[in-house]
Amino acid sequence: MSDTLVNITNPEAELPGNIQLDPARSGYGEDGESPTTRRAFLVGAGCATAAYAAALAYPVYRYLASPIETAMNATAVKEVTLKDAQKLPMGSVMMFKFGPSPAMLIHHLDGKWVAFTAVCTHLGCTVQYEAGPDRIHCACHGGVYNSQTGANVSGPPPKPLLAYKVAVNDADVQISRA
Amino acid sequence: MTTKAITNAAYEWVDERLGISDLITFGKHKTVPVHSQTFWYYWGGISLFLFLVQCLTGVLLLVYYRPGAEAYESVRQITYVMHFGWLIRSAHSWSANLMIFAILVHMFSVYFMKAYRSPREFGWFSGMALLGIAAVFGFSGYLLPMDELAYFATKVGLQIPAAIPVVGPAIANMLRGGTEVGEFTVQRFFALHVVVLPAIFLPLLGFHLWLVQKWGNAAPPSIEALPKEERKTMPFLPTFLRKDLAMWLISLNVIALLASLFPWPLGKPIDPLAPAPAGIHPEWYFMSPFEMLKLLGNVLPGAIGEIGGLLLFTVGILLWVLIPFYDPNSSSGRRGRNAHYFGLVAVFALLATTIIGYWTIR
Repeated sequence: MSDTLVNITNPEAELPGNIQLDPARSGYGEDGESPTTRRAFLVGAGCATAAYAAALAYPVYRYLASPIETAMNATAVKEVTLKDAQKLPMGSVMMFKFGPSPAMLIHHLDGKWVAFTAVCTHLGCTVQYEAGPDRIHCACHGGVYNSQTGANVSGPPPKPLLAYKVAVNDADVQISRA
Repeated sequence: MTTKAITNAAYEWVDERLGISDLITFGKHKTVPVHSQTFWYYWGGISLFLFLVQCLTGVLLLVYYRPGAEAYESVRQITYVMHFGWLIRSAHSWSANLMIFAILVHMFSVYFMKAYRSPREFGWFSGMALLGIAAVFGFSGYLLPMDELAYFATKVGLQIPAAIPVVGPAIANMLRGGTEVGEFTVQRFFALHVVVLPAIFLPLLGFHLWLVQKWGNAAPPSIEALPKEERKTMPFLPTFLRKDLAMWLISLNVIALLASLFPWPLGKPIDPLAPAPAGIHPEWYFMSPFEMLKLLGNVLPGAIGEIGGLLLFTVGILLWVLIPFYDPNSSSGRRGRNAHYFGLVAVFALLATTIIGYWTIR
């Protein structure tokens, strides 16, 4: 066993039974040489491996994340124009997409126009306008919102629905962030 | 407890249940012959690695690819819209071609080292089956982007089964899902490419690798003839494995270079009324049979040439596959030499027809 641990810097050194440590392993070089050659090598090799792996992983990550970026860009939308939406009858609703998420435009019986995001503030289900009881209802967990203001009225929703600004024109309806 | 003690305890816990140390002992006792032809032993491993690259890049393409009517549009998105999509697709195409090449090198090295001889016949048969499936992988994958080249290559390729007497047209229609290449064709080629073929390929590959473990690497007859003391070997663990992994790293770098410097192109979308583009030709690994059929068609015009060509192929491939029965062991003598000449003729014919094929296209 001892012959495998020969002192490599001084092969002629006597090795009588005593095990001599390879200086590179012992951490103390002779004649003041850097004691960390082995460690430096391992650290360098580790860094090179990590850099190689990162160079492989980065394109894969960006590739898989592409649609997320597209969706994020869509979130930045400030305004949506709904053509012919001014013809929406009173007491009815129209669903549309504001950026990537569903939203609703309600034309109330009193002639008032309102628009909210249709994403429930509780767990993200899509809510619906119910003309009869005149409320916005979430079928998932029974959350109810006020159909005029979007305020959370009953059930689990913790926050009101986000309201948008509505501008009704001759040929379309413009919805924008409030 | 120190980190070392925790690692040891964890290793022992796993080892007791999975017997990893038995595998390591087996790997240390397993040896690989060392001689002037040892280089060729790496090509099976390279083929395996390229197959793994196929699986990984294939799954990544599957994330956005949509077969059927939207096939071209989805490949266009992968290539031009998704970040690095061009690179993933290019790596998939390049490693597919390199895999066919590596399998061919592996096959010819096995052939000329006479590694198909007893007891390794099943290794040879399963290897030939894997090559056949790899060719079908290539053919079915080529159509998936549904660009002009894909369309015409598939149109022409399906003429080959169509030339089989009596049942040919029915088979071709079944493969096409109609009388013309279209969205139904790409849908069923997709099912073939990502479900059916892997389901056959993987167990067969497992069988092939198990046989390599069981019988070990064959040495060429000149080395086998040496007395045991004069034969040099290296341990599989860690020496051969380390060299194998180095080959894998080189292969990965080659793929990365080729895929990024020569991105795989995407042609125009198919137009069923457009004429075939000039200089259209099959993938390089189908060039030889394509050219042989063409040459034979010149000698024997018409249906006789077609059927004759098919027959010639079938017989040639059959003889190639069945070579272990003709040349079963080292006492085969003259048969061994004949098999060697047959191999040389095959290599020459493949190279010559491929070169003629590319020459006449220009």
